[in-house]
Amino acid sequence: MEEFSQSQAKSKNAAEELQKRSHVEAAKCYQCGKCSGGCPVADYMDIMPRQVMRLVQLGLVEEALKSKAIWLCAGCSTCSVRCPKGVDIAHEMETLRIMAKERGYIPEKDIDKFHNIYIGLMKGFGRMYEPGLIVGRNVTTGHLLKDFSYGIPYLVKRKLNLLPYRPKQKDDIKRIFETAEQLMQQDLAEFREGR
Amino acid sequence: MKRVGVFICHCGTNIAASVDCAQVAENLKGYPNVVFSTDYKYMCSEPGQEMIKETIKREKLDRVVVASCSPRMHEPTFRRCIADAGLNPYLLEMANIREQCSWVHPHDMERATAKATDLVKMAVAKVSHDAPLAKSFSPVTKRALVVGGGIAGIQTAIDIANNGYQVDILEKQPSIGGKMAQIDKTFPTLDCSACILTPKMVEASSHPNINLITYAELEKVEGYVGNFDVTIRRKARSVDLNKCTGCGTCWGKCPTKVDSEFELGMTKRKAIFTPFPQAIPNKPVIDREHCLKFKTGKCGLCQKICPTGAIDYTQEDELVTTRYGAIVMATGYELFDHSVYGEYGYGKYPDVITGLHFERLINASGPTMGKIKRPSDHTEPKNVVFIKCVGSRDETKGKAYCSRTCCMYTAKQATLVREKIKDSNVYVFYMDVRTPGKGYEEFYNRTTETYGAHYIRGRVSKITQDGDKLRVRGEDTLLGRPVEIEADMVVLATAMVANADAAKIAQLVGFSYDKDDFYTESHPKLAPVETHTAGVFLAGACQGPKDIPDSVAQAGAAAVKVCALLSKDMLETEPITSEVDTKTCAGCGHCVDVCPYHAISLTTIEERLLGQTITRSVANVNTSLCQGCGACTVTCRSSSINLRHFTNEQILAEVDALCQTIQNK
Repeated sequence: MEEFSQSQAKSKNAAEELQKRSHVEAAKCYQCGKCSGGCPVADYMDIMPRQVMRLVQLGLVEEALKSKAIWLCAGCSTCSVRCPKGVDIAHEMETLRIMAKERGYIPEKDIDKFHNIYIGLMKGFGRMYEPGLIVGRNVTTGHLLKDFSYGIPYLVKRKLNLLPYRPKQKDDIKRIFETAEQLMQQDLAEFREGR
Repeated sequence: MKRVGVFICHCGTNIAASVDCAQVAENLKGYPNVVFSTDYKYMCSEPGQEMIKETIKREKLDRVVVASCSPRMHEPTFRRCIADAGLNPYLLEMANIREQCSWVHPHDMERATAKATDLVKMAVAKVSHDAPLAKSFSPVTKRALVVGGGIAGIQTAIDIANNGYQVDILEKQPSIGGKMAQIDKTFPTLDCSACILTPKMVEASSHPNINLITYAELEKVEGYVGNFDVTIRRKARSVDLNKCTGCGTCWGKCPTKVDSEFELGMTKRKAIFTPFPQAIPNKPVIDREHCLKFKTGKCGLCQKICPTGAIDYTQEDELVTTRYGAIVMATGYELFDHSVYGEYGYGKYPDVITGLHFERLINASGPTMGKIKRPSDHTEPKNVVFIKCVGSRDETKGKAYCSRTCCMYTAKQATLVREKIKDSNVYVFYMDVRTPGKGYEEFYNRTTETYGAHYIRGRVSKITQDGDKLRVRGEDTLLGRPVEIEADMVVLATAMVANADAAKIAQLVGFSYDKDDFYTESHPKLAPVETHTAGVFLAGACQGPKDIPDSVAQAGAAAVKVCALLSKDMLETEPITSEVDTKTCAGCGHCVDVCPYHAISLTTIEERLLGQTITRSVANVNTSLCQGCGACTVTCRSSSINLRHFTNEQILAEVDALCQTIQNK
């Protein structure tokens, strides 16, 4: 078994980067598990959100980056809202996900594809376009008919619009994405300079 | 020329590890007014003090500077020491080179030594301006007031009364007894709460030295240690206590039913009522908010049937002012309101109850006669979940502190469920189990081992109502996987919090409280039952979450402090008080406004000016009330008010001493 300080040393850079990019005070977490208890997808995770926070707390960020849990996180923020210590777990998960992707750690390829399609649709329409998401996802992942039976009742109940929403302020949406990209690059640059 | 002696203490290695004490002593040699300077390992020890005394005599010192720890620690010690050697005790200054130097600069000896030298020089400059001061005396009223009639208040009163002093217990409810009267069994012995409390209540009510003032509130507190003038509002009871025999005919016939506060709304009481059958005094009050006679003018049934004619609708609130020598605050606590937790149902799920509700449910004299029945459908619950730390250890929606008692009362309640419902399953969600008390850990072990309660480490994340069941979700953090339990009833161990009016009462009496509105003790270790206000003491949970054994112990401690105070005929008062220079005082009254102790007032003086007699108003300090805080001196625009021992001249001398060394650099 690897000695603890060696494991920590391997994650040193990642740990510093995470701290500087997320600003989440992981040290405050007292491991009560209220986050995992309320997490809607905890059942499907390889490690609990609490354990992700524990890995971060111990400085074993590389291990957290390689977990599937950070990809399964739906970003609903139930954990952050309920945390008695005010730790923003969902934000930490998201930052980990971004960092994992930058490093090429993508254990859940399908989820990554889902995210890409989702963001693409948001860029294009400024709103969710479900049929586009379903078709895009099923085509790119190769599961052509997956979950198709769920779609029919939605269509019948008119919960799905076949045509996408046409935003009036396309420029505004573009600007939002540009600003977000800029901020992220700025953050990253600040972090790299800081080192 | 003054003759100042300087004594530098090493405090073992506490100071000497980062301050070169011998060098400091050397640096002070030849400093203005210093005729002697030395260092020693433990200045507060017997040989250290002897050295100071001998040096005072040998070198004919008239002032002393001791450089050591905080004056809060050893100023009294060294004052006594120089007084033994014949000096006025106020001709001593202490330079704090431990807390304010060595402890905060552990890694830079050179600069720490320089700073220590500066601190000592400042003390020398100040001591050179010290004047001898003498203590004065004020009389003591040999009567104590205990505010709050729960177990802490009752015990304090009994202990004071047994020492031969008169005590009044002030209770805002119609009966004494407090929260302990609502509790069923007490940990760790499981003896019945009422069985040990009611004899104390009877003892308090029948004690010749104790006077109960129930259904009353504090209105105003004036005066100072030894002589507090306390005005109490006796709320209109509408029942003449002298005539009433407590027969109960009135509340038997009263037609109005109201939710019982004592039973937490689980049963009804009448509009004329006693809170519970063992109430003391066991005489009713009329709840004027709900009584038909007061609401509509009709009814009046209780007056008609009262065999002794004790009902008096015309009674009014009465203000009574009494002088007391000491006040003990024993106002207790409230429970945290868990309705802030949406994830626990905002307090709306009927079968999610608090620990105190559970106490009433399991109490033989409670609404269910001691049968555990869940509130919604009055069936016996089979799966019972306990959640600890609800509102405790939660910085975002609750309190940051640990409430201390919940681990034990939850273990007790878990035990009782397993004992009363044989086929029940009990789950306790916890983050830590804290059982530091005699027999506490053993009790907790019995709960899990003998009674088979399942302890799950984790904080419950969500409770949902599912039909007539409750689904409780959390993580088992030891296993690292989510758990869901189908429960019939959930008991929340809600935090102990300060009373809603705790801060208001503290301001009214005039002492300090913390960010959670708990009353602040004078020193967390060495003065746990005193407040910063002389003559005001603390007992029980008003000072912080506490269980019954701790409350009773603290009550005894507070009683001893009160007795020590009341045993004196005259009280020494500290001479470090403000004084007014009436020649320059313009009578603007700013000092009157800022004084937190109401010690300053404006008074009119007569003066001869240019052959005429004129009158003008000037500030006047009541030295018995003045605590020497100095707020007035910084407010005074003409520097006419000065704090003895911390005069403007002395402070400036210190600043000068500091600036000189800076200038020399």
